[in-house]
Amino acid sequence: MRTVLAILLVLFATYSVLVYEYGHGDRDERASTAVRVGIRIWQEEICQSCHQLYGLGGYMGPDLTNVVSQRDTMRIRTFIRYGTGRMPAHALSDVEIDQLIAFLAWVDRTGTRTMPPEATHWTGTYLLEKP
Amino acid sequence: MSGTFKLYVGSALVMLMAALVFGTVAAFVFLFPALGAYLPFEQLRPMHVSAALFWIITGATAGVMHYKKEVFGEAREPFLQRAFMVLWMATTASVFVFYAFRKFGGREYWEFPPLLGVPILLAWLLLLVSYLRAWVRRTTPAPLYVWMWTTGLLFFLFTFIEQNLYQVPWFRDYYLRELTVQWKSNGAMVGAWNQMIYGTALFLMVRISGDEGIARGRKVFVFWFLGLSNLMFNWGHHIYNVPTAGWIRHVAYGISMAEWIFLINIIRGFRSKLDEHRKFEHLLTYRFLIASELWIFLNLFLALLMSVPAINRYTHGTHITVAHAMGTTIGINTMILLASLSNMLRVDELPATRKRWIGHGRTLALASLLVFWCALIGAGMLKGYRDVALGMTDFQQMMRPVLTVLHVFAFAGLGVLAGLGVVAWNYLGALRKLNQ
Repeated sequence: MRTVLAILLVLFATYSVLVYEYGHGDRDERASTAVRVGIRIWQEEICQSCHQLYGLGGYMGPDLTNVVSQRDTMRIRTFIRYGTGRMPAHALSDVEIDQLIAFLAWVDRTGTRTMPPEATHWTGTYLLEKP
Repeated sequence: MSGTFKLYVGSALVMLMAALVFGTVAAFVFLFPALGAYLPFEQLRPMHVSAALFWIITGATAGVMHYKKEVFGEAREPFLQRAFMVLWMATTASVFVFYAFRKFGGREYWEFPPLLGVPILLAWLLLLVSYLRAWVRRTTPAPLYVWMWTTGLLFFLFTFIEQNLYQVPWFRDYYLRELTVQWKSNGAMVGAWNQMIYGTALFLMVRISGDEGIARGRKVFVFWFLGLSNLMFNWGHHIYNVPTAGWIRHVAYGISMAEWIFLINIIRGFRSKLDEHRKFEHLLTYRFLIASELWIFLNLFLALLMSVPAINRYTHGTHITVAHAMGTTIGINTMILLASLSNMLRVDELPATRKRWIGHGRTLALASLLVFWCALIGAGMLKGYRDVALGMTDFQQMMRPVLTVLHVFAFAGLGVLAGLGVVAWNYLGALRKLNQ
């Protein structure tokens, strides 16, 4: 029993190191300062309570993974600043809104909100290696 | 039971009630945003999630601390354990103070300012040291439930640290790395508290049946290893849509399919469960335990389907994910924790009227949960179809019929609140009268 447990723990430790080092895939790139601040604003303004990125988050509002390529920046700025019926207005400066949009633009470049049908392999898994 | 421990159990029940109230209000604010003028949805959601999380972790650790006393033969409550309880309760209360002032900044599930992670980590270390000191002093070979408690406590520590790795620039500067590690830790953390909770369920079954053999056979250890492998490698299904390396998806998909073995085993054991049910159905502790087994079956089947990426394509980012989370936290975790507290608070020795109220509360909660769960699955299917199959891009248009189904979910939520509220209220009464 102890042997099986030891093997599992070694496998887990190895897998964890592999995930940390290589798991993020080849689409990831070092975030710029603006993007990093944008991530912080996203967290502090609790945007994930209502919105999703890559399908992860709350369901009150739409998934924003590809919002930058689907809506013009001016409209996004207006939404953030003044809100809508369901969305609250956010008291952010122009620079902070730019940083938040920089983060959303970064997310948009890396992935898609839903998986395209051609990404589904016959075994049922996804093959996303080739963008 | 010491005064500190009674307070700790009471705080767990208060967290359960808070999770139910915040969750129900959030569901109605979701449907009628005007109701959220003072407490909007974006503030209610973290309050609901954190209260649910603290209910589960506080309830799970209460079970481990209480039953280990008997298993390890501890004469009195260790000082470190008492220090853990005080620090844990103070920190969890602080979390809600920060939420009330709209101070956020953490990550999914742990959305409070990251600095509060320090006392949580410190508290957990105190508990772990206290537990391991008793563990090494034990004289007999450990039954499975002890292994489950130990791995649960250790993996919680590991996953909590991993969850906070985003404080290190090497993780934080690469967003996809941060996100991958976040969900790796979140997925495994659920497995960690499940180890503690399922360990307690096994301990209770041993106690009810009087058969220690069910926690010592080769078969139960094989299933435990399978469960442990899932804890370690199965988390990838949360992030199928995130553009990570492909092997993360393939490993998660492969490992999660091993869960069919659990499902087949549940079906095979159905007849013996019926016999067991006839023997013990008069015990409230057992009735809560058996309710969790039904929900394990339903949720496992749902999880297996969601773990196939081709199906996940339609279910990801829909209310089916919420159905799975609710089925697991309420149907499985809460039912086992209520069984554990029932045993701890000697609920089966309460006057008949009180027991009847608890029984009615349980029935109402379970019936409402089934409607609640089905409504979420229905809403999720509708959203998945309109979003992925029809390719709708206008969010309001896509959600219109979904919101209609979600009315059923919100009203069923009232039933869950009323049912579990009655149970929690009576448990608090039993706690107050204990040792009097």
